[in-house]
Amino acid sequence: MTSTLNPKFTFETFVVGAANRLAVTAGRTVAETPGSTYNPLFIYSGSGLGKTHLLMAIGHSAKALASQLNIEYLTLDEYVEAFHAAIAAGQGDAFRRRFQNVDALLVDDVQFLTNRKEMQAELLRLTEALQQAGHQIVLTSDRPPSEIADLDGRLISRFSGGLVVDMGIPDYETRVAILRRKADERGASFQPGVLEIVAKVEFPNVRELMGALNRLVAYQAVNDAPMTAEAARQLVGAGAAAAPGARGGGAAPGGDEFSQFLTDVTVTVGKAVEAWRARVAEAVLRWEGEGYRTTRLERLLDQETPAEVDAVIDAYVQDVERLRALAAEVAALDPQAAGEKVFRDPDRVAEAEEAAGRVRGGAAPPPAPSGAFPLAAYATGPSNQVAASAARAVIDAPGKKYNPLVLVGKSGLGKTHLLHAIGLELARRPGAVVACLSTQAFVDELIAAIDGDRVDWWRARYRRSTALLLDDIHLLAGKDRTQEELFNLFNHLLDQDRQLVFTAPAHPNTLDGLEERIVSRLEGGLVAEIGEPDRDVRRTVLARVLGQEKAAAEPALFDYLADRPAPTVRSLAGLVQRVVEAAAAQDQPVTAGLAREVLEGRAPAAGRRSAGLRTSGLVVSSAGGVRSREKMVWDWPAPADRVIEESR
Amino acid sequence: MSLVNFTTREITCKIVYYGPGRSGKTTNLHYVYGRVPEARRGRMVSLATQTDRTLFFDFLPIDLGQISGFATRFQLYTVPGQVYYNATRRLVLQGADGVVFVADSQARQLDESLESLQNLQSNLLEHGVDVRTVPLVMQYNKQDLPRELILTPAELDDALNFRSVPSFPADALHGKGVFETLKAISELVLKRLAAGSAA
Repeated sequence: MTSTLNPKFTFETFVVGAANRLAVTAGRTVAETPGSTYNPLFIYSGSGLGKTHLLMAIGHSAKALASQLNIEYLTLDEYVEAFHAAIAAGQGDAFRRRFQNVDALLVDDVQFLTNRKEMQAELLRLTEALQQAGHQIVLTSDRPPSEIADLDGRLISRFSGGLVVDMGIPDYETRVAILRRKADERGASFQPGVLEIVAKVEFPNVRELMGALNRLVAYQAVNDAPMTAEAARQLVGAGAAAAPGARGGGAAPGGDEFSQFLTDVTVTVGKAVEAWRARVAEAVLRWEGEGYRTTRLERLLDQETPAEVDAVIDAYVQDVERLRALAAEVAALDPQAAGEKVFRDPDRVAEAEEAAGRVRGGAAPPPAPSGAFPLAAYATGPSNQVAASAARAVIDAPGKKYNPLVLVGKSGLGKTHLLHAIGLELARRPGAVVACLSTQAFVDELIAAIDGDRVDWWRARYRRSTALLLDDIHLLAGKDRTQEELFNLFNHLLDQDRQLVFTAPAHPNTLDGLEERIVSRLEGGLVAEIGEPDRDVRRTVLARVLGQEKAAAEPALFDYLADRPAPTVRSLAGLVQRVVEAAAAQDQPVTAGLAREVLEGRAPAAGRRSAGLRTSGLVVSSAGGVRSREKMVWDWPAPADRVIEESR
Repeated sequence: MSLVNFTTREITCKIVYYGPGRSGKTTNLHYVYGRVPEARRGRMVSLATQTDRTLFFDFLPIDLGQISGFATRFQLYTVPGQVYYNATRRLVLQGADGVVFVADSQARQLDESLESLQNLQSNLLEHGVDVRTVPLVMQYNKQDLPRELILTPAELDDALNFRSVPSFPADALHGKGVFETLKAISELVLKRLAAGSAA
């Protein structure tokens, strides 16, 4: 039942003047920090003065600032209708739950609460629930709460407890600005002075002003000739409002001559004086409405004949644009710092640059992938082919194909290696900010951030990353807050097509302690399993490890080790390690024979040891302390003799 | 010369009707006075001799009300036409934003018109104003007189309007051309203001 927000009704298209500045400022504040400042915000004004526009603008702005917010806009009538439908369907509770989970509820035209006792009670309950949960509620009405007939006193006090603000009829300058903007939007252009004539009429609301503009547009289109000020005056009946005094004395003979003169002078003044003044005033209104300081422009108005008006305005706009860019950049790093006044004062651009520089310097990038795991060193084979090709797809088109990518496999199979390898490759892209870290570190960072009251900063740090890679996602189990944060971060990054990669020891849906919403999101991408290393993988790993140990890779040794059963890459590396250490201990070269001796405890066919001597196969480190012959078991029974007696 | 005051949001235009004696400057003002609604006009001050000749000057303030947010006022002055009141003329001319030169269309008054025009030029120069820069319009008054007595607007243009400023045939007594003249000078004055602010 919720109405969609009209895309035209944004703050950008809202003309701000003295009559609505307070309401707009409050609206902007609410959109920036829903639920925390003016809650509820109650806006009232006569019909056609922009309540709905402002309400929708709040919705648009809040959504633009935090896309995950759940925002509902609806008129009171729609709300009532939805309520009745829900009650009729026996879904009253579901209805209440639905609205209680809204982050910002925008209700239009609440004056229709009159004579609706049950809806008043419902709305009271909802307002209380939303307030308690810190969720924003914005209401509009054509009159203040206290004047809505028959309204529950508790609702009045609720509404009045936030901010009640009104919007008045726009003044002349604002009317001119509105007309100009709307004429621009329609691509209509008028002779100088025409719109000013229309603006002189004190229409009771903007809607009627638009009606007058429509008449002008239509008239001009039909007549195929530019409309004169006088024709405009006749068309909208502006005469009376424009010069009441003239009409008062209009009875005098030849009064028309003077009126005509007055009109001509008005047009001329409009062309001459007001041309630049209007430009300045318009700029002041616009930027003031957007929350920027306009001292520089106002100073222009104090001068009699300022020079270079347009140049000053252009320079001002450039400064504002720069501030905007800075504020946006800072907002990504530290939302609190972006709210500083210096980002709203075009006369302090230099200071703003400095402040942005400080934030930039202070915002450490998220942990980067480790250089110890290059992609080139990742051994691939049939056992991990799926994961490896998925990784390549991710590297080629991050965020496009497999998002998220979840690498699943037992410990020691190289998940971490592949994760960091992906991270390193992604980090090569221009402008990439790759966050790659263990889940434990992620949790610890969040705890530290909560402790230091810098959660916003922490969030911003990750939000600006172009890829997030988390190792051992199962460690999130039981960490509700981190799961919540990850959930939001996940959505934020996914919305912007940023790549997400995770590793887990098992299929996500088999992991305990993970919230369903996280599991389902992990399952939503590609879950690639890495199996026990096959021969290809083992050979590659061996080549690398032996190469690292600078041991000459004797083909026999290679074949032997590659054929040894090893459930994980890590254990294979461990085997090599043992052989190499043993060789070092015995001061012998690393050979297949030695390896067999070390790993199997059996002498090679042409072994050096006498046939009678059998060793346990245990590796004894040369540095070990077990030197005493008495403490060593030197003679072990042959394997065939090693009978384990079953105890019955 | 403070034509537009943005601080107090006021526009004040001082327009001086200049010309030889008996050319109809005061008549112009009287006609305007008669057409301006009472609420909008100030008291017309006229210092006249017993024979109804302007002794000092006429002064007619007109309040045009709020125009584009500016309280707009026009002050219309006439100067005494007679040659011997030059000091007064110079005084009135001071701070003028625009000048309407009212010429008598009668052929035999042409020399007086020329003389007055030269006098205007020298008086402006005394104030350090170049006649070529000051907004000026010509009005050829008394066009209602018999054809044989007067020069046509074209002839008067040839004789007087060296600078090709806007010129208007008029019959000030009956109002023909009065507001056209006023409108033209107002536009010139206000346009000059625009040029000034753009510079």
